[in-house]
Amino acid sequence: MALTSWLPDVLVSRIDYLASLLRKHSLWPMPFATACCGIELMATASSRYDIARFGSEAMRFSPRQCDVMIVAGRVVMKMVPVMQRIWLQMPEPKWCISMGACASSGGVFDTYATVQGIDRFIPVDVYIPGCPPRPEQLIRAILDLQEKIQKTGTIDGREFTHRESYEGPTALACELAAEKTIVAPGDYRTASRLRVPLN
Amino acid sequence: MPLTAITPADEDLIGADREYLYTLNFGPQHPATHTTLRLILTLDGETVVKAVPDIGYLHSGFEKLGEDLDYNQYITIVDRMNYISPVANEIAWHHTVEKLLGIEITPRCKYIRTILAELARISDHLLCIGAAALDLGALTAFLYAFNQREAIYNIIETASGQRFHPSFTRVGGLAADVGDEWIAQVRQFVRTFPKAHADISRLLNRNRIFLDRTRGIGVLTKEEAINFSCSGPVARASGVVRDLRKDEPYLAYDELNGSFKVICAKEGDCYARYLVRMEEMIESLHIIEAAIENMPSGPVNVDVNEKMTIPDKTAVYRSIEGLIQHFELFMWNRRWETPVEEVYGANETANGELGFYIVADGSGRPWRARTRPPSFIHFAIFPHLIEGHLISDVPAVLGSLNIIAAELDR
Amino acid sequence: MPVNFDALRHRFGEVFTTSQFRDNRRLILPAVHAPHVLLPLLQCLKEEYGFDMLAELGGIDYLGYPQAQDRYAVVYGLTNTQTGERLFVKAYANDPQPELPSVTGLWRGANWLEREVYDMYGIRFIGHPDLRRILMPDGFEDHPLRKDYPLRGYGERHNFSPVSRAES
Repeated sequence: MALTSWLPDVLVSRIDYLASLLRKHSLWPMPFATACCGIELMATASSRYDIARFGSEAMRFSPRQCDVMIVAGRVVMKMVPVMQRIWLQMPEPKWCISMGACASSGGVFDTYATVQGIDRFIPVDVYIPGCPPRPEQLIRAILDLQEKIQKTGTIDGREFTHRESYEGPTALACELAAEKTIVAPGDYRTASRLRVPLN
Repeated sequence: MPLTAITPADEDLIGADREYLYTLNFGPQHPATHTTLRLILTLDGETVVKAVPDIGYLHSGFEKLGEDLDYNQYITIVDRMNYISPVANEIAWHHTVEKLLGIEITPRCKYIRTILAELARISDHLLCIGAAALDLGALTAFLYAFNQREAIYNIIETASGQRFHPSFTRVGGLAADVGDEWIAQVRQFVRTFPKAHADISRLLNRNRIFLDRTRGIGVLTKEEAINFSCSGPVARASGVVRDLRKDEPYLAYDELNGSFKVICAKEGDCYARYLVRMEEMIESLHIIEAAIENMPSGPVNVDVNEKMTIPDKTAVYRSIEGLIQHFELFMWNRRWETPVEEVYGANETANGELGFYIVADGSGRPWRARTRPPSFIHFAIFPHLIEGHLISDVPAVLGSLNIIAAELDR
Repeated sequence: MPVNFDALRHRFGEVFTTSQFRDNRRLILPAVHAPHVLLPLLQCLKEEYGFDMLAELGGIDYLGYPQAQDRYAVVYGLTNTQTGERLFVKAYANDPQPELPSVTGLWRGANWLEREVYDMYGIRFIGHPDLRRILMPDGFEDHPLRKDYPLRGYGERHNFSPVSRAES
């Protein structure tokens, strides 16, 4: 919004505070529930650990209407383009919670098909450990995200424009070098806008 | 797989012009609560002409991991297959492993495993019915079902420490014995569950909308059910009278044979499958009640000297035999001595016949640990069931088949 | 009344061996005979002996197994729903082009199970109406459950471009 570029900073910070306050208390989640953590997500939305108390009332399954994408469960390589496409379909401001060990780092499944952490492919804001994490942990993560939004939120999403670099794990010593990896032919890039590949 | 237009065979269509058909992608991410499966529907207006399933969006390489982990470690993976009732998967896995090793578990262990298996069955049916109702718009039934599942989670947490994925069974027994508090909790559950069950059936059984949406939808005849290898409630709702708890009794089911009935129906539509599941929950409650009142005392693990089961921690720390027996089962190159044979063992879980085919090569890790997944086999009949129905029947049929994506893809 | 193996031997010749372990009775067809005998044998078992349900169809790779003669095996677990009897038929196949006849004509439930065996092991089923990959992505070239394919793969799982925060 061009308004914030010429308004005085004292006013912009007040507007940012108000916008973040309103946004953090109505985070509508996009439940990207793939596996077992999806069941704990559903349990968190049910009557015992009600996530609607914290503003996440409407679990809309359409990405166009959501604020937070909660990736609950393991993501396999066939699902990565789908996940990226859904992430790109969400309008800003948007955040991502990686719920569970499998989404954060691959979990128990260090196999040929499971992605070792979704932060290799989409930017993640909050990680939740656990297999599966208890509903209290998910609620804690929503509260942490609310704190993050309050502290860094702006009305026009300026805090996102600075995050241009890749934020995920860097290559480990035992990962295969780029010339040794075998590319599985096929159109895996339909989801993301093509850019200069990593290293 | 890229989205291409499906061209059905000529004999499927009335009319020579096919351009009025519309292809709809029921994506891997979809509003129905059935996680990651994809359907490519070819529609004629609102009627489904053809449905092509596309699966594999959760294939994590479970069976390859089975060749890398040993017989006790693999329960962590097996837990995560049918994640709605994880204990049942563990019980089925160790049933097969104990069959391979020729171990006979103690009576107390049999009864505890039976109670856990039936609790898992109730938990699975509750979620299936709750999710099926949610997909058809009935949110209250979902919340009632999840409330009861929380009670079951409490029971499993008291036994093993974790709400679900308990990793509770071990070769030759269980990880730990259960105490009086657990028994009290199970008794409390037996007392309070029938009221919640009555609540859910009052909401749905004679509900005009639910009946209209599930009666006559997705009919599966008895011959088709057998030919398509269906099992469990899906087959029993079509008239196939087969239940492994009565036909090939395992655990404590032959002793508790008189306390439960096998529920079957004739019509084979979604409503029949719903009713079979509702009644099976009550029969499971009868089994739990009989088992908890007749629970034998005694050790829960087989004798440690058979070198199959892990000894008690106090024995490990205080005696040399305990220490040796402990590391014989944990050290990388030791573990169990298995016969160089293969075996198939199956359990009747909530979804159907969950079988494991284990090929052993003498070492402590399986050579091949194959799962016979009931969800995979049931999803294959979905295109057959949905032909000719409307698109709004797709979630009804999907919900009635109880497809769990992790068991489907492994 | 369990299946009489002598009657089957009389009918098909000495092409299979039988064994029993715990309560599994097995009929084993070596790779030289499997392509010719498998389909008539299973048809006979289904129609005359009443094994109307195919409970299980799984593949096994025996590369490196102690005393293995042939490399691949496919196990057919048959069930008689009237009597509750089970029988396991094992058919072997070998490299370079492992092939077996498809049983989708007998049991329609074998359709997806055979596709999965093809996807994971590369065994082709002759006569299958739609033999393509089912669990792995379509462009994937290897057969993952073979013993010479590593657990962690060759890097296909991370072969995607990341999305950074600024451009999403």
